[in-house]
Amino acid sequence: MSQAQPNKVIYGQTLVELGERNPRIVVLDADVPRSTNTYRFRDAFPDRFFDCGVAEQNMICIAAGLAASGKIAFASTFAVFASMRACEQVRTSVAYPRLNVKIVATNAGVDNAGDGVTHQGIEDLAIMRAIPNMTVLSPSDPVTTRKAVLAIAQLDGPVYLRLGRNPSPVLHEENVEFELGKMIPLRDGDDLAVIATGNMVHEALIAAEALAGQGIEARVLDCHTVKPIDNAAILDAARATRGIITAEDHNLIGGLGGAVCEVVSELWPTRVRRVGLKDCFASSGRDYRELLAHFQMDAAAIQAAAQELWSSNGVHALSASSARCATR
Amino acid sequence: MELERGPRPLRLIGKVRHQMKTEKSLRNLQRKACLLRRHIIRMVGVGKTGHIGGSCSCADIVAALYFSVMNVDPARPDDPGRDRFILSKGHAALVLYAALAERGFFPLGELERLKQVGAMLQGHPDRLRTPGVEANTGSLGQGLSLANGMALAAKLDGSNHRIYVILGDGEINEGQVWEAAMFGAFHRLDNVTATLDRNGLQAMGPTKARLGTEPMGDKWRAFGWHVIEIDGHDLAQILDAFAQAKAHPGSPTLILANTVKGKGISFAENNPAFHNGMMTQEQYDLASRELEAALAALNDQT
Amino acid sequence: MNRSITTNTHNPRIAYGEALLELAAQNPNVVALDADLCKSTMSALVEGKYPERFFEMGIAEQNMAATAAGLALGGKIPFIHSFAVFVSGRAYDQIRQAICTTRLNVKIVGSSAGLSDFGDGATHQSVEDVALMRALPGMTVLSPCDALEVKKAVWAMAEFEGPVYLRLSRNDVPLLTRAETPFEIGKIQPMRAGADLAIFATGTMVATALEAARQLEKFDVSAKVVNVATLKPLDEPGVRRESDGMQGVITVEEHSVIGGLGTAVLETLGASRIPVQRVGIQDQFGMSATNHLELLEYYGLTPGGVVAAARSLMPNTVAS
Repeated sequence: MSQAQPNKVIYGQTLVELGERNPRIVVLDADVPRSTNTYRFRDAFPDRFFDCGVAEQNMICIAAGLAASGKIAFASTFAVFASMRACEQVRTSVAYPRLNVKIVATNAGVDNAGDGVTHQGIEDLAIMRAIPNMTVLSPSDPVTTRKAVLAIAQLDGPVYLRLGRNPSPVLHEENVEFELGKMIPLRDGDDLAVIATGNMVHEALIAAEALAGQGIEARVLDCHTVKPIDNAAILDAARATRGIITAEDHNLIGGLGGAVCEVVSELWPTRVRRVGLKDCFASSGRDYRELLAHFQMDAAAIQAAAQELWSSNGVHALSASSARCATR
Repeated sequence: MELERGPRPLRLIGKVRHQMKTEKSLRNLQRKACLLRRHIIRMVGVGKTGHIGGSCSCADIVAALYFSVMNVDPARPDDPGRDRFILSKGHAALVLYAALAERGFFPLGELERLKQVGAMLQGHPDRLRTPGVEANTGSLGQGLSLANGMALAAKLDGSNHRIYVILGDGEINEGQVWEAAMFGAFHRLDNVTATLDRNGLQAMGPTKARLGTEPMGDKWRAFGWHVIEIDGHDLAQILDAFAQAKAHPGSPTLILANTVKGKGISFAENNPAFHNGMMTQEQYDLASRELEAALAALNDQT
Repeated sequence: MNRSITTNTHNPRIAYGEALLELAAQNPNVVALDADLCKSTMSALVEGKYPERFFEMGIAEQNMAATAAGLALGGKIPFIHSFAVFVSGRAYDQIRQAICTTRLNVKIVGSSAGLSDFGDGATHQSVEDVALMRALPGMTVLSPCDALEVKKAVWAMAEFEGPVYLRLSRNDVPLLTRAETPFEIGKIQPMRAGADLAIFATGTMVATALEAARQLEKFDVSAKVVNVATLKPLDEPGVRRESDGMQGVITVEEHSVIGGLGTAVLETLGASRIPVQRVGIQDQFGMSATNHLELLEYYGLTPGGVVAAARSLMPNTVAS
């Protein structure tokens, strides 16, 4: 098994691989190629790389223009800027005409600890989910990141793929089966289900181990594709277990939690507890783990949510979003 | 035309013939522009709003592009070597639809179904629904960036097709336009020709009163663009400008076209109410008469 | 609220303009900014009467949002205006970074929301503005159901300290409330009692929901209708209370089913097992049409659409 690495390093490496195979691949960045790792593609294929400077809206529309001309355009910057600064451009110039633009946004979530709120994208899944025609991905580890990047290059249409900043431990075997729109089960269990995405998959596994120690067997599902979400896996979890916990390095509103709630409430109502940022902005932190703990988004928080779900008897309890957000 | 004296009468005859041919071509383009305006008012009709002003102000430029300048073929809409046109001021969709219909990208009958539910022709250009439309515009300020992307692709592919964009003078309030302007010049995208339809009016009134943008030419020059200023209703100047732009290497060109909003329709000219205005029956009939008269006058000049 | 609110119009935009002018008359700190659409958004009324407190920003929404942040820091109460799609999407980053992170007292008015700008088509029709605004910590999101409620909302948002997004339709809506109908940010308003189903509706769809409830009577289904004028912060105890004991819940909004009222209600009801059906735009962009009703019908945002949702919740009771 390979080593823990930041998923964005894998992204940069896979881009070069793609560039070697397919001359239609072009890559754009907005003044942060060192950070997003698109510099690797830049160094390998300088003619096919365009650094647009600190001008995200221009970048997204240039990517759209390239895609309209037959290219496969990968456009990268930080999640907060890709999803917000260029929001309307993504919606109107990429998604509405269904252009073949892959927006790969790095440094998402509180994983981007040091820079603080202005650089922590914690709304991007909610935003991108709300835009029609958009496929939204959030892979958890280096293995699935590579597979996801390869898969989106094959998919004809707009994609948003979110990556964090820090090294992620390897969670999957190299030959794991990866299919867009299909969750990957990492752990079996029929008492509860934890559906997690991105960095939080690792936290979910830790929590599941702790729960097992208390006699609660929780299945853990890696939800790498937030849109279109794997309805079948959610339904199966809803039917088989007492309830579902969702976990994301993202606001509780509108992201994975919202997506899962949408599915279960219409197809198989069950109880859902959402773990994530409690609708507040985060803050700077010395490291990612400190922030996860402080904002109650870590394995311990998942475990607590699971225990609460397990022991509650179905009477309406405070949802996670009503709990007060930890102040800075 | 200068009479050339001396021993080369054939060259003189050739020049005269060329001049006559050019004048005939110009008249043809003028007719086309008139036809486009007639389509515009028919598409809007009586009692409904439509972006008459901004569509009419660039009708001559659009006529020049679709009936003279651009290499496009309705039979081969996906030809990779075709020229591209982006109507960045997407609310002037009426003039684009008229030109595409006249060129044969879709049946003229589609113009009557404008904006009906499920129709090919939407309120703003939609490349998925309408053959010949290259970009979904309507949200101002994005078209020049799109053009830059297409221009980069062309250079990557070694294709010498060109990308034409029309921007509005209110539209250039948007910061993204200037991001794109910087980028275009920096990357020497000389295959982009942008035309600024400077009709002096935006939705809420004169541009100079809402958010002054002068000196416009100086701004673009400062951003590294080659700037040509013309009368945006003089087809000879329009054609000449496009030719100059095509021949100009090393930087993109901005054609600063001074125009009249609502040009060709007396009550709409320079009238902010017709940015997105409604015609009474009287006005519609008057506009029809004016345009028919203009067409007749051009037809008489064969 | 002890202020008497009246209006003669059924048009949310016009009611908004009236309220803004009344507010500006009463409070010299209220300022208005617009992005070249002031006659449509009605902020032109402020320009006409108090020109020194009106700022035409040109077609430059981001600059408008950030300038408003500056005005708020200078002690003003800025109302910024454009179409919902542009003020929420184009200026999103500025709203988040300059306004929400520091909770500045800026009021963001999204006019011609939903499909109400029927002619202009998808680029001008916002199906996702509520989803965008809900995702922002610190944002309050209001979606009043009629002209009278719009005016109450404007007064309430002016008195509220912090960022607020107000969503307004372009066209007339039926008058459903009265001057004495309470309005409080963060509280649902029951409009009609019922024992079988709970229909949560917002904005233009409240009238639709009430009509659907009337139609459901003939199937012997008693549906309550709840006006959710505050989409964020959602009145979670109220939503749970109204859902308690119901056989099912329907949400109705002129907005995507992803991220708006539907998702908000589902997030809240995550603790329960009540089945929910979301009526709204099914994750698609809008399109051009010759009138608003045509579009609402196309996208199923009609009383019939709500009845159909009821049918899936109670298939043996609501016959086809």
